[in-house]
Amino acid sequence: MSVARFWRKQQNRYNLIGTHCTTCGRYFYPPRAFCPDCRREGKIVEFQAKGTGKVVTYTIIRSSSGNFKLLTPYVLAIIELDEGSRLTTHLICEIDQVYIGMPVKRVFRKLGEEGSSGAIFYGTKFVPA
Amino acid sequence: MVGIISYGAYIPRYRIKIEEIARVWGANGTEISRGLGVYEKSLPDMDEDTITISVEAARAAMARRKIDPADIGAVYVGSESHPYAVKPSAVTVGEAIGATPVMTAADYEFACKAGTAAIQTSMGLVKSGMVTYSVAIGADIAQGEPGDALEYTAAAGGAAMIIGNDDPIAEISHTCSYTTDTPDFWRRENKPYPRHGGRFTGEPAYFKHVIGASKMMLEKMGTKPSDYTYAVFHQPNGKFPVQAASMLGFSMEQIKPGLAVTYLGNTYSGASMVGLSAVLDVAKPGERIFMTSYGSGAGSDSFDITVTDVIDSDLFSRDAAPKVSELLADKKLVDYAVYAKHKGKVVMME
Amino acid sequence: MREVAVIGVGCTKFGEKWETSFRNLFVQAGALALEDANISGEQIDEIFVGNMSAGRFVEQEHIGALIADYAGLATDNIPATRVEAACASGGLSFKQAYTAVASGMSDIVVAAGVEKMTDVGTEVTTDVLAAAADREWEGIAGVTFPGLYAMIATDYMNRFGLTREQLAQVAVKNHENGVMNPNAQFRKAITLDTVINSTLVADPLRLFDCSPVTDGAAAVILAPLDRAREFTDTPIKVLGVGQASSTLALHDRKDICTLDATVAAGNRAFQMAKVERKDIGFVEVHDCFTIAEICAIEDLGFCKKGEAGRLTEEGQTAIGGKIPINPSGGLKACGHPVGATGIKQVYETVKQLRGDAKGRQIDTEIGMTHNVGGTGATVVCHIFGRA
Repeated sequence: MSVARFWRKQQNRYNLIGTHCTTCGRYFYPPRAFCPDCRREGKIVEFQAKGTGKVVTYTIIRSSSGNFKLLTPYVLAIIELDEGSRLTTHLICEIDQVYIGMPVKRVFRKLGEEGSSGAIFYGTKFVPA
Repeated sequence: MVGIISYGAYIPRYRIKIEEIARVWGANGTEISRGLGVYEKSLPDMDEDTITISVEAARAAMARRKIDPADIGAVYVGSESHPYAVKPSAVTVGEAIGATPVMTAADYEFACKAGTAAIQTSMGLVKSGMVTYSVAIGADIAQGEPGDALEYTAAAGGAAMIIGNDDPIAEISHTCSYTTDTPDFWRRENKPYPRHGGRFTGEPAYFKHVIGASKMMLEKMGTKPSDYTYAVFHQPNGKFPVQAASMLGFSMEQIKPGLAVTYLGNTYSGASMVGLSAVLDVAKPGERIFMTSYGSGAGSDSFDITVTDVIDSDLFSRDAAPKVSELLADKKLVDYAVYAKHKGKVVMME
Repeated sequence: MREVAVIGVGCTKFGEKWETSFRNLFVQAGALALEDANISGEQIDEIFVGNMSAGRFVEQEHIGALIADYAGLATDNIPATRVEAACASGGLSFKQAYTAVASGMSDIVVAAGVEKMTDVGTEVTTDVLAAAADREWEGIAGVTFPGLYAMIATDYMNRFGLTREQLAQVAVKNHENGVMNPNAQFRKAITLDTVINSTLVADPLRLFDCSPVTDGAAAVILAPLDRAREFTDTPIKVLGVGQASSTLALHDRKDICTLDATVAAGNRAFQMAKVERKDIGFVEVHDCFTIAEICAIEDLGFCKKGEAGRLTEEGQTAIGGKIPINPSGGLKACGHPVGATGIKQVYETVKQLRGDAKGRQIDTEIGMTHNVGGTGATVVCHIFGRA
């Protein structure tokens, strides 16, 4: 990922800053500038997610590429934050530990880097709570 | 009075036994463990580094007390393993705790005492009224050259101290330092592993400076070792701090609570600070803490700290973040091959 | 809107085509289609070509122009358009071609699909395909395509009790069909054991649950129905068309194991065609992974959610069954040259409805295709019938 493109969403990734449509009440993390339900009627403000949630579904990735190549086998999961929105994440736990409904909480980790001389990308992952 | 407003520590979950490292190099693991007084050491996960450790430690400190990130005026991260040679770890920490953009920041290096140097700078900024809060972090994912003695102890971890004036949980009555140009341990730019002077790292280095700074502190404060409940010394292994304590007149009871190295290893810039965190995990109001760090190159920073009532008050919540003992207990043992993979010791293609 | 028919089809053999370049794959398929329609190049009015990622596979963009040029039609200054919707590029290319003819803008239009995937290593391929998902929020989290469909499978198996054997039967059945398809990449039958014991890729999906990496191209020619018999005795009419989109990221779907774009696109096609599910003789669905076929059967309305596993196990989706799925062998056995798959599905459908699908022939007048992009962010369905 290019430095500009990563940097643009850096605060969001570091601190789980998403958006909230005050018109319909929906929370979005990953952030959306435009509420899909209210569209132009939606008033969007920022919000910071608490960082806790639960596992909705998951898999164990056995073969991957790029920055995740050496992490296999790892758990990839869709989790639902307490605020209601869902996101996809590397879930750091033993591969036989994960189950649907497992409570999780956020941690700060490296997401990747652009090679050994490139920028390092940081962000939020999750662990069992 | 200036003091510690909050604190937090972080230790990665992975561990390797000293015996396992010895096995690979054909050495006697039992003897080495006993000789060093270290049995296990920590290592980072594949996606952890000094910055992620610093952030977790800083967030732990923020969790224990209601601090408005906008009041944080400075962040300093001391380490020997900053992920970038140029681009400070401190700015990522600042952003991850919501302190940016109105703050100053910089990274520190002074071998294992970079974190305590950051505490001293923080004290100056706070005492002078330049900032409300300053965050001082010492963290490392230390490098040990394969097959070298230091490989047995070079570990990963860190701690954060938030320094301020208002209602500290522990007041820092005084700090003083003993610094010289001593080549006991160093790492050249672009080299992956440090080098050291073997036995030279003992008397002319660690002991000269730790004892030097400690004696200065006791003299300045007019105190005796028995005036303190706890003593924390830099802990590169399990023997040096015990010896230093003995030389100064501190007892095993006083140093034991802050001696994390036995099952952690030497977290370099994190070492003294993690030791101090372990003490703060159990300290009671009124108890006095004596701390002297050590960084090769060389220097020692000494601190005289007194715990206040605030530590047990509603303003502070010790249980809101994991204690050092809990971090040490949450562990996953690996073998040398996995250790090498995690520490980047396996030669990869670009 | 005019009625539209397919008057000619062509398809290359699918597989690892080391000797064949990207442009020559298309030329081969195009030539076969022209021959099948007994038509010459100058009669073509317009070309649409579906292609997902030539930019990263062969470092080439501007595919419409490239294809027109190497088909020898640039000299006639033919309008040529590249269509992209990840793995639904082929299906979408067909819909664009259909619309061009139905609207009266053009008469004879080629709808093609081509992908050359094997010139780069598997690591690059994995990364290229990941762009069909949400790069910003799924890619950065370490997703792989098998991983995304595996999460659908985990959710499905947890809620509907699908067994490992039922899922494996999808692959077994498709390989069986592939044996009879001369263009398929894999033409060997496999057993349930082979599937169940193959290497784990992303739990619960194993190697044999996943469609392979393939080179290939296919091309079909469309004409207004009232001109079709100038070219062929067996014109195949386009009865219904349905296209739909859904959220790009799997985590934004209302129901993780229902591809709501399939539901919408399928309904739109059925509504336009004015036929019922029971009238459909077979469906070429998008089985990029075995679980995708299970969901497709249900989301297209051929059975209730949770039933497709049992249906497959009972043999109802095999060629002799109640609702044959993927008589061509599907993506699993034919291979999945991304941009070409949607057109290959049309090729198979036309061959079937003409009665020209030796060894895997289904006796029917109406067939359906279902082409998906990513994890279901784009779906294009078509229903065809004998004219």
